[in-house]
Amino acid sequence: MKELSHIEAVLYFFRGENMQQAETISAIATARGEGGIGIIRLSGEGAVRIAEMVFKSQRGIPLAKLVSYQAAYGRIVNSQGEVIDEAICLVMRAPYSYTREDVVELQCHGGSMPLRETLELTWKYGARPAEAGEFTKRAFLNGRLDLSQAEAVMDVIQAKTTASLRVASGHLTGKLSEKIKSLRQDILEMIAHLEATIDFPEDDIDDVVISDVSYRVNRLRTAVGQLLQTAHAGRILRDGLETAIIGKPNVGKSSLLNSLLQEERAIVTAIPGTTRDSIEEYADVGGVPLRIIDTAGIRSTEDMVEKMGVAKARAYVEQAALVLALFDSSASLTPEDKEVLKLIRSKDVLVLLTKADLPCRVSLEALQQSFAAEDILMISTLTGKGMEELTAAIVRKVYGGKAQSQEGLFVSNAREAEILRQTSVCLDAVQKTIACGMSADFIVIDLRSAWEKLGEITGETVGDDIVDQIFRQFCIGK
Amino acid sequence: MFVAGEYDVIVIGAGHAGVEAALAAARIGCRTLLATLSMDNIALMPCNPSVGGPGKGHLVRELDALGGEMGINADKTCIQFRLLNTGKGPAVHALRAQADKKLYQFTMKETCERQAHLDVKQLLVDDLLIENGAVRGVTIETGETYLCRTAVLATGTYLRGRIIIGETTYTSGPNGQRAALKLSDSLRQAGIRLMRFKTGTPARVDARSLDYDKMEIQPGDEEARNFSFMSDEVTREQIPCWLTYTNEATHKILRDNISRAPMANGIIEGIGPRYCPSIETKIMRFPDKAAHQLFLEPEGLHTNEVYVQGMSTSMPMDVQLAFLHTIPGLEHCHVMRAGYAIEYDCIDPLQLKPTLEFKTIQGFFSAGQANGTSGYEEAAAQGIIAGINAAMLVRGEEPLVLKRSEAYIGVLIDDLVTKGTQEPYRIMTSRAEYRLLLRQDNADLRLTEYGRRVELVSDARYARFQAKKKEIEQAMHVLRQTFLTPNAETQQKLSAVSTGEIHTVTTLFDLLRRPEVKYASLQPVFGLPILSRAAEQQIDISITYDGYIKKQQDQVDRMEKLEIKILPETIDYRQIPSLRDEAREKLMKIRPRSVGQAGRISGVSPADISVLLVYLEQQRRQKEAAHELS
Repeated sequence: MKELSHIEAVLYFFRGENMQQAETISAIATARGEGGIGIIRLSGEGAVRIAEMVFKSQRGIPLAKLVSYQAAYGRIVNSQGEVIDEAICLVMRAPYSYTREDVVELQCHGGSMPLRETLELTWKYGARPAEAGEFTKRAFLNGRLDLSQAEAVMDVIQAKTTASLRVASGHLTGKLSEKIKSLRQDILEMIAHLEATIDFPEDDIDDVVISDVSYRVNRLRTAVGQLLQTAHAGRILRDGLETAIIGKPNVGKSSLLNSLLQEERAIVTAIPGTTRDSIEEYADVGGVPLRIIDTAGIRSTEDMVEKMGVAKARAYVEQAALVLALFDSSASLTPEDKEVLKLIRSKDVLVLLTKADLPCRVSLEALQQSFAAEDILMISTLTGKGMEELTAAIVRKVYGGKAQSQEGLFVSNAREAEILRQTSVCLDAVQKTIACGMSADFIVIDLRSAWEKLGEITGETVGDDIVDQIFRQFCIGK
Repeated sequence: MFVAGEYDVIVIGAGHAGVEAALAAARIGCRTLLATLSMDNIALMPCNPSVGGPGKGHLVRELDALGGEMGINADKTCIQFRLLNTGKGPAVHALRAQADKKLYQFTMKETCERQAHLDVKQLLVDDLLIENGAVRGVTIETGETYLCRTAVLATGTYLRGRIIIGETTYTSGPNGQRAALKLSDSLRQAGIRLMRFKTGTPARVDARSLDYDKMEIQPGDEEARNFSFMSDEVTREQIPCWLTYTNEATHKILRDNISRAPMANGIIEGIGPRYCPSIETKIMRFPDKAAHQLFLEPEGLHTNEVYVQGMSTSMPMDVQLAFLHTIPGLEHCHVMRAGYAIEYDCIDPLQLKPTLEFKTIQGFFSAGQANGTSGYEEAAAQGIIAGINAAMLVRGEEPLVLKRSEAYIGVLIDDLVTKGTQEPYRIMTSRAEYRLLLRQDNADLRLTEYGRRVELVSDARYARFQAKKKEIEQAMHVLRQTFLTPNAETQQKLSAVSTGEIHTVTTLFDLLRRPEVKYASLQPVFGLPILSRAAEQQIDISITYDGYIKKQQDQVDRMEKLEIKILPETIDYRQIPSLRDEAREKLMKIRPRSVGQAGRISGVSPADISVLLVYLEQQRRQKEAAHELS
């Protein structure tokens, strides 16, 4: 059923080309790595509904109540109710929008990490990744752009697709694409076997043992799950791990920063922010690119919390994926330290006890009540003590202690991760069908979907694969 | 020019495609000529004596629902029926029958001869007459001309047919029939691209020379079933088939003589099907397989010929005899006909519209093996569509194009005209993406209305269809409207139908979702109306598999958006610079009818499809703008 995969691919791209499509698409509308604001744009019938699920307005006004071109201030909240970012939400109702569909723009203030997380949330709630040039295409098909622009629209679609394919094939590492291909082949063989017994019941083909299928599907499910786990690390490897360094004045933030940057001179790029006075610098720590936020702030104002005020400090910590919290090991905790402790409560933190060259006065027991022992490190930038352990701890945070064995195998692209998630859903459905005692032709349905989904990653969607595989695998004939 | 006759529709060839095309056209009311090479070989079964099987049986049911003949004819003349795949889900249940070949042929011949508006003549067509890009008639080898408004090419394996047995080759149609030698040239002159395909058949052995004790019996089903929705046969004599296996001795003979195989020595040029390999191909491609199974299938009640299914071959005769004699049960077999390979010309089906009309020759249709398919059922299915559409063209009415979501016939034809074929094409259920919807049990519900629209479905058939539909609808209504409250009386009834208790108010419809609950068991307990078996089956299947069926229906609905976007025949793909070169080439060659079809062409990417949609919208707006100006 080669058609299906292709058709589905087309549908995936084009599911809906009339005004107010049932299919809502979303994408990051701003260029990556530029500016401090990132905009996520949603378009389609469900745009407002989906935005409503990720965005909580400060004043508690539902987006559905906003009139066109009215904005609301609020927060992006994930499914656990955790705040990801602060944002301004702008609602543009059909037909007065770029695509002439309902459009919602989420202007996020955090860095690229919260932006991606927000985008993925929109997918989780029912939007799908927009294809290259798709907003423009919808704009034209819905009559927004005038006739003379048709040629340009067609060019944009083709050119953007070519470009995005090039990018995709560029970051689709050899190992990942090999892995996906081998998973697909495994599925294909199962499909071919099931289909061969269906299409050639009188030929001499071994029966399919359903428990074997179930076993193999389970194995696949695990493999897909492992790939998904690399998505986090893969993204960090590509975009950098947003890291905040926080601590009371004179605790050693600058020294740590310098130490991190000096140790690895390789990468030092400063990107001045456009809307915020933040400067980011990259440090390569054990192969993990740390993207250290607001290094300017760290350098110029050692007494950050005080100068920033608690609200700003909180925002600063919020946008980081990893917080390095510094405390003076040679003194007991001060009220300022306690303020810092409060800020980092729900974050991924490494607690660094500085000045390890001096006698230790801080109560480790108290800290260990709030933090895992492995996340508490004694360091001294003066003697270099604990710096290796810090590197190891950061690497552990990124890889979760697992992915090292599959070196080079990372899912780094959000769309790939989304497809893998959908593949998982299909594989779960296969197991459910088997558990219900359904027959072979039902089992095949979701196996095929899983196989097609994975094909969207490697770009293999057309072909006589199943029929070919049947004849390759089995001797059939009258 | 001597004009011997004038017709609305001329069908060239009276095999399984030709008879369905001719019967359909004539039944719709067109003056029709069926031209056959031999009056003795109408609806000849030159290969296996069976009809149906997975996909194929579905096709027969569908063509029956449209008002075709194959199902009825098979029901009248088959000598064994089996329902295959009974354990594999309702969508792939497949009826397969063993035919009495001669009885099948003569019954079909009689039907054709008795058909009003249909003339059957023994004629060898040499030439096609084309005027102004439209078919005008055909010229016969004896010089006379028959004029027509439309024609259907249904030449099977007869176009420049060549039979190969070992080192021996000769010009021939199947079974030593005449071949049509000149028509290929005439087609080429008309600008039609031809391909060369090959197929083969095994030897036929004498039933009296077989040792049945060494083989395993394969009886037919006890329950009588029919292909046609109009057949009511409830009892039928069932003749068994026999199962045996090759062994190492068989394989050694084949291996030792492989250099003499025509496929090895270069005598065969044509492309053979992968699903029907010769035994010599099988042992070469799967050298590790210790034994290949074969079925011995009687060819009829009044003959001793037995078909050796699984042993198709074109090896020299001494090799054929030697390897057959190594097989348990066949040690002393007498060969009555040799196995052979046959090569023939067929057209590249990419030249056809989904109506089966040539894109470049108005009124000229093509169906069956001539289109690069294989199998009686595939041929017949195309035949009825070509016949209907020739008739629709004559009458100036809408052609009949079945969608992939509506019928295996739609899948078959869409595959042919969209992707073409590199080998003789066989239908398979795995080619249908909406398999759950395309069941053999609901072919009538899917297609009878279409057959009625083209006036091929008789009043009797239509009345039967409506009655069944009504029966199902009424029963569904009752099931949805009957609410069960969880009380002692209900639970007692539930235990009577061997299912668990309910805890909330439940309809009978929802109760039927439980796999163990069937309408037949609910009926007496809850006093439901007594239904026909066919209606009962529809209800059970459609409720039990409701969730899966809905899922596929959703896919169909989404796809439909692209299927209804028609690409005008005049579209010039060179005027769309944003298409990628590969896509443009393919689109120009295949000229798909809809954007949906374009999306199924390999080499046309989703981005190309978007470009096409933008282009269509551009054209539409330009036209609108021009209209407003004028």
